[in-house]
Amino acid sequence: MRCKNNILFIETDLTKKEIPAKMNELKKIAEKKITQIDLDAVKIIDSAGVAFLDELQQKFSKPDLINLSPEIERTHKIFSSLTLPKPQQSIKENFFVKIGESLLGFWQTAKKAVYLLADIFFWSFVGIVDRKGHRKGSVISQSLLIGVDALGIIGLLSFILGLILALQSAAQLRQFGANIFVADLMAVSMVTEMGPLLTSIILAGRSGSAIASEIATMKVTEELDALKMMAINPIRYVVVPKFHAMTLCIPLLVIMATLIGILGGLIIAITYLDISVVAFVNRVFDVITFKDAAVGIGKSFFFAWTIVIIGSYYGFTASGGAEGVGKVTTKSVVASIFWIIILDALNSLIFYF
Amino acid sequence: MKKEPIISTRGLVAKYGDATILKNIDIDIFPGEITVILGGSGCGKTTLIKNILRLFQPFSGEVKIFGQEVTQLDEPEFDRILSKIGMLFQNGALLNSMSIFDNIAIPLEQHTKLSPEIIKKIIRVKLNLVNLAKAEKLMPSELSGGMKKRAALARAIALDPEILVCDEPSAGLDPLTSASLDELILNLKKLLKMTIVIVTHELASIHRIADKIIFLDAGKVLFSGTLTAAKKSEIPEIKSFFEIGSF
Repeated sequence: MRCKNNILFIETDLTKKEIPAKMNELKKIAEKKITQIDLDAVKIIDSAGVAFLDELQQKFSKPDLINLSPEIERTHKIFSSLTLPKPQQSIKENFFVKIGESLLGFWQTAKKAVYLLADIFFWSFVGIVDRKGHRKGSVISQSLLIGVDALGIIGLLSFILGLILALQSAAQLRQFGANIFVADLMAVSMVTEMGPLLTSIILAGRSGSAIASEIATMKVTEELDALKMMAINPIRYVVVPKFHAMTLCIPLLVIMATLIGILGGLIIAITYLDISVVAFVNRVFDVITFKDAAVGIGKSFFFAWTIVIIGSYYGFTASGGAEGVGKVTTKSVVASIFWIIILDALNSLIFYF
Repeated sequence: MKKEPIISTRGLVAKYGDATILKNIDIDIFPGEITVILGGSGCGKTTLIKNILRLFQPFSGEVKIFGQEVTQLDEPEFDRILSKIGMLFQNGALLNSMSIFDNIAIPLEQHTKLSPEIIKKIIRVKLNLVNLAKAEKLMPSELSGGMKKRAALARAIALDPEILVCDEPSAGLDPLTSASLDELILNLKKLLKMTIVIVTHELASIHRIADKIIFLDAGKVLFSGTLTAAKKSEIPEIKSFFEIGSF
């Protein structure tokens, strides 16, 4: 580019390749006065070239374009942005408006969640006696998905967790000659806390995400609307079988996880602390109270319902295609785990404070 | 002087597993024309396009784009060819997590060193060309089917491609939206002198825009020539396609 007598001569073609260099040159002539832009040497121009000319015209108070070939003039006419209406500037939101909006959003979410909760509980209790609106065998197939398919991973993780807990505590207990108390520790921690919590967190990740993504996909592909149009209640048809299956499976999974976790502890007790099997088992049964077992299994029901309700809620609120499905699935897992831990804390306060 | 084809295939065979979808396809697509690839559902139209553009690797045969054999071309070299081709997918294929503006910015940011202000201007012009001037801040999920296709068209022409390939642009659109999209495609041909390849089986659309027709049936080319010649063709499949479709 060359500037002479207030005329800017452009001496190369104006295409995507040349424009970055031209933009750099533009900085050098920014202070000059330009009244005309000579395009005589320009043989090829594309949309980037026209955008560059627009940039020049905006920077130098609209200089005239001169010596354009008909071809360049035609392309300029097609791609020039100067004639387009100015884009609307978005209004910056006030800080208090943002707070108000998020509070309002939270209130709406809470309201919707409570309605859904009431709906799910209502239809789940109705569903125990009235099987109308359910798909045949859906509770069994859901139980297989939620329960049986999760046996392996829950069993394995409980066993490893049992081993770790026992091993970590054994090293300390041994110093005081309190080897046998590893049985107390394993029994209490697995029955009241680790068994239900570990099972629920795995289920939140595994089944909660599956519930949320399944319902969300049904929502964005209008399958839920199709059910409604067939006069079928989507909650009864889709959610209630999952609710029943989860209610059925979770106590069994918790019992299994607890027993396997204690078994892990037993192996450490035998191999590392020289405790006999009989002594360990007797100690476990001595320590565990009915209250501990009932609270452990009882709270797992609440965890299970939390997973189904949160998964369903996020599923029903999905929008915007595959992207929306992914978003709500992630949100549902995070929210499920959060509320499981909050419920667990509340439970501990109520029963053990 | 005879024009050289901008895209040509010789003996192109495409397979899904053991099933042969395209059998020895020989076609020529010439610059500056709108070529419509048509045929019934499942005849291999989209497969042909995807094999030409190497979205599927051809089983055998030769594909030339801009005179260069591309089936065995290295990826960087083929990418250079791809940067001169825009594709409008059946469902738009906009990236759902990005706004319309960001979607159109992808090829401009990835394949050029243009500054943000130039990119912004190009995007505004391209959106204006497809009559979506006010949609730049919207997300794809906020657009209707027709708007999505127009936004995807704006993305396809972001780099001023020499060839524009449209896979079923009218599918799922009402006749008016479909006609306006055809109008847009005709404008692109006229104003930007693009070579346009369209896969469709919408007769109204074919009548409006086609210069040349390539008729596929059961994985073979039954006819290749002008629209007028296609309408006069005595080949039973083509005859019944135009007759039944005109009801």
